[in-house]
Amino acid sequence: MSSNIKQSESSGGGLVKWIDSRLPVFTYLQKEYGEFPAPRNFNYWWNFGAILTFMLVLMIFTGVFLAMQYTPHVDMAFDSVERIMRDVNYGWLLRYLHSNGGTFFFIAVYIHIFRGLYYGSYKNPRELLWMFGVTILLLMMATAFMGYVLPWGQMSFWGATVITNLFSAVPLVGDAIVTWLWGGFAVDNSTLNRFFSLHFLLPFVILGVVVLHVIALHVTGSNNPLGIDPKGPQDTIPFHPYYTAKDAFGLAVWITAFAAVVFFAPNFFGEPENYIKANPMQTPAEIVPEWYFLPYYAILRSIDFNLWFIDAKLGGVIAMFGSILVLFVVPWLDTSKVRSARFRPLYKWFFWILLLDCILLGYVGGHPPNEQVFKGVSWLEFIDLGHIGTAWYFFHFLILLPLLGRFEKTKPLPTSITESVLNSGDTSSGRPINSVEEA
Amino acid sequence: MADHVNDTDEKPESRRDFLYLTTGGVAAVGGALALWPFIYSMNPSADVLALASTEVDLSPVEVGQSITVMWRGKPVFIRRRTEDEIKLASETPSDLPDPQKDSDRVVNPEWLVVVGVCTHLGCVPLGQGSTEPRGEWNGWFCPCHGSHYDISGRIRKGPAPDNLMVPEYKFLDESTIKIG
Amino acid sequence: MNIGKKFANFTGVLVIYIVTILFVVPQAFAAGDAKKPESQDWEFQGVFGKFDKPSIKRGLQVYVEVCSSCHSLDQVAYRNLLDIGLTVDEAKAVAEEFEVTDGPDGEGEMFERPARLSDKFVAPFSNENAARAANNGAYPPDLSLIAKAHPGGVDYVYSLLTGFKDEAPEGVEMGEDMSYNPYFPGKQISMAQPLYDDSVEYPDGTPATVAQMSWDMANFLHWTAEPEMEQRKSMGWKVVLFLLVLTALLYAVKRQTWAKLH
Repeated sequence: MSSNIKQSESSGGGLVKWIDSRLPVFTYLQKEYGEFPAPRNFNYWWNFGAILTFMLVLMIFTGVFLAMQYTPHVDMAFDSVERIMRDVNYGWLLRYLHSNGGTFFFIAVYIHIFRGLYYGSYKNPRELLWMFGVTILLLMMATAFMGYVLPWGQMSFWGATVITNLFSAVPLVGDAIVTWLWGGFAVDNSTLNRFFSLHFLLPFVILGVVVLHVIALHVTGSNNPLGIDPKGPQDTIPFHPYYTAKDAFGLAVWITAFAAVVFFAPNFFGEPENYIKANPMQTPAEIVPEWYFLPYYAILRSIDFNLWFIDAKLGGVIAMFGSILVLFVVPWLDTSKVRSARFRPLYKWFFWILLLDCILLGYVGGHPPNEQVFKGVSWLEFIDLGHIGTAWYFFHFLILLPLLGRFEKTKPLPTSITESVLNSGDTSSGRPINSVEEA
Repeated sequence: MADHVNDTDEKPESRRDFLYLTTGGVAAVGGALALWPFIYSMNPSADVLALASTEVDLSPVEVGQSITVMWRGKPVFIRRRTEDEIKLASETPSDLPDPQKDSDRVVNPEWLVVVGVCTHLGCVPLGQGSTEPRGEWNGWFCPCHGSHYDISGRIRKGPAPDNLMVPEYKFLDESTIKIG
Repeated sequence: MNIGKKFANFTGVLVIYIVTILFVVPQAFAAGDAKKPESQDWEFQGVFGKFDKPSIKRGLQVYVEVCSSCHSLDQVAYRNLLDIGLTVDEAKAVAEEFEVTDGPDGEGEMFERPARLSDKFVAPFSNENAARAANNGAYPPDLSLIAKAHPGGVDYVYSLLTGFKDEAPEGVEMGEDMSYNPYFPGKQISMAQPLYDDSVEYPDGTPATVAQMSWDMANFLHWTAEPEMEQRKSMGWKVVLFLLVLTALLYAVKRQTWAKLH
């Protein structure tokens, strides 16, 4: 009867043992979180994985409850959202949690990515972990794009029109692709309905890739601010209770900031124009996507010239998707043997410049290309800043990263994490090492 | 859990436990409070509640005529009863499956207002139209499983356990009632 | 890492964050070349903001008596007026001024009936084309969300309503039937000045100057756009307070948990 069921090794009462011997969830949780050795020197930039998990769950939860009240038809979508805001009990809260949740989701994911770039978390052996992450980013962008269409405001409609029209840039089959995407001859009811279906589906796909992402992480173990591998148990601490406590605290800080926005500035990150019902006959004065898409929008619009046989429109599309796809190959573009920017003085500078560049691109994306940056200074338009920003972005990844790895003089690495921690921040102890692995 | 230094003094341990307990408690309360709006959002929304009452103009209804109105998504039978029907209704036999006096079921004996949903399994009984079968007591007849209702909407024969439900209503004036 | 470094790190990050927020996020200042509306002191501003209900009621009167002939208020139902202090009978009285098309009746015909509390505000025109035809091709927008749909929000509404000038400034050529208003995108608006002193008579005796009526309209339209505001803010400070307490507790837990390690 129970002879071939392995006795559970988990602690805990009879019920726990009964479940665990049939499906070892508790043993798994104990191993992967109760005992899992994590480097002892995480800083607060390492909180964002937990924060992102929370945000994903929040988005799914609020999304499901919103979907109970929303109608995905062009004649009723806008009004159904207003009904949620006005008539559904706590509907306004559900809506603002979801819309601002998306914004905070992206704030967190960008911080998480830049953390990875700074500390070399994408390097061997974590390349696949990193690639899963970029996949999650792409899925998030698709989900957010489609979600924004659902309220069927002016920006919903026109943003959808502009971005779906981009696919007509694809040679030969471009127009067929766009018609296929639309399910018609323009963004219309068919488009709205399928976007609703896919917007409901993709978060669960994201969930699946997140699971892969975490499994991959647990195979290699986490990186840490020093970028050197733990040498033994003295360099690590069990995830629980140390990082469960730290993550809980960090999460509370995050949620407090989130709540302040949701309750007191719920439309700060939004576009007022989207409170006007979609009107296919009237284009808004400026079509802008949500802020988290602005850098890509800037890159897209910065390619306003033809390159051989590639026309400007296609060039823009290639550059825009390229800016994300280039992230996939960062583990191979960066040739440095040293992981963390703490020991890479040159790379550190270029990291901050990259960050400023991305902020600049975001700023550019929010303005019409031919508008003057400073009133009265006619020779500097936003498109010019866009050119510079885009050029620098690709220069950083395609040229700088490979070269820096070869020519940068890195600082000597500490011998171990514990040693470095004991020396309270003095990181140049022991002999100078230039390789990731110490013998 | 990680090893901790053995405390010879009880206080720091119990203070620590108190901290953990308090924090856990506060977090749990916060979680429950956070969950509440989601659950409550599924309750009827304001626009649904606004249609929770219906006003009906009775002036076009002739003596002996029946009309059906919608209320909260369900049909309501309104029958303007004749003198004979009122007299019949006032008789309260002793073997009623759900004993109830007609006077307890109407505000004004001339008007019978009942929810037109069979108390057995929810079908809409026949009998509103003059050509429809009205059952052996000339009230309503449910075709699904054969329940017979009398001219006061009381169950007489068949599987239905209760009389047709009388909704809350009142006369706003002689010819208008407000249901709900 | 010592406290000094931690603080420097944190400040640096905060600076970047604030710079990003200030420059990247708010793309909505004034729309195009229109004059930026002046910011006013509204009673509803701030963490404990409340609706100025007497003002909103006056704004409702201005809407019903002046604006409703051209502008719809699709998202608001007559029953919502109970939230700004009207009694059931007063709200019913407002509703009954409007006629709703209902039906079909027993004969299959549509019929008109006075509006009920459960109805939404009746629109002056049955569709956009009818609205345009009656207004020289211009479409008077629905006003329910106008306070949220415009950069500048309620300030914009107030500035616009008080911003009409009899004559355009020198050098500006006015289109036919257009009025000059520096706050409107393009500075020319199809709507003629809607409010003049004493356009309405307030039963509470408040003098109906253009500024007063515009103020009341702005308050009214803020309410139509954000009827949940009071509940939202009231819940908000309680939630944030709770979270601050929880954050403090969790910080103590974190320090306690990590105490053995340091």
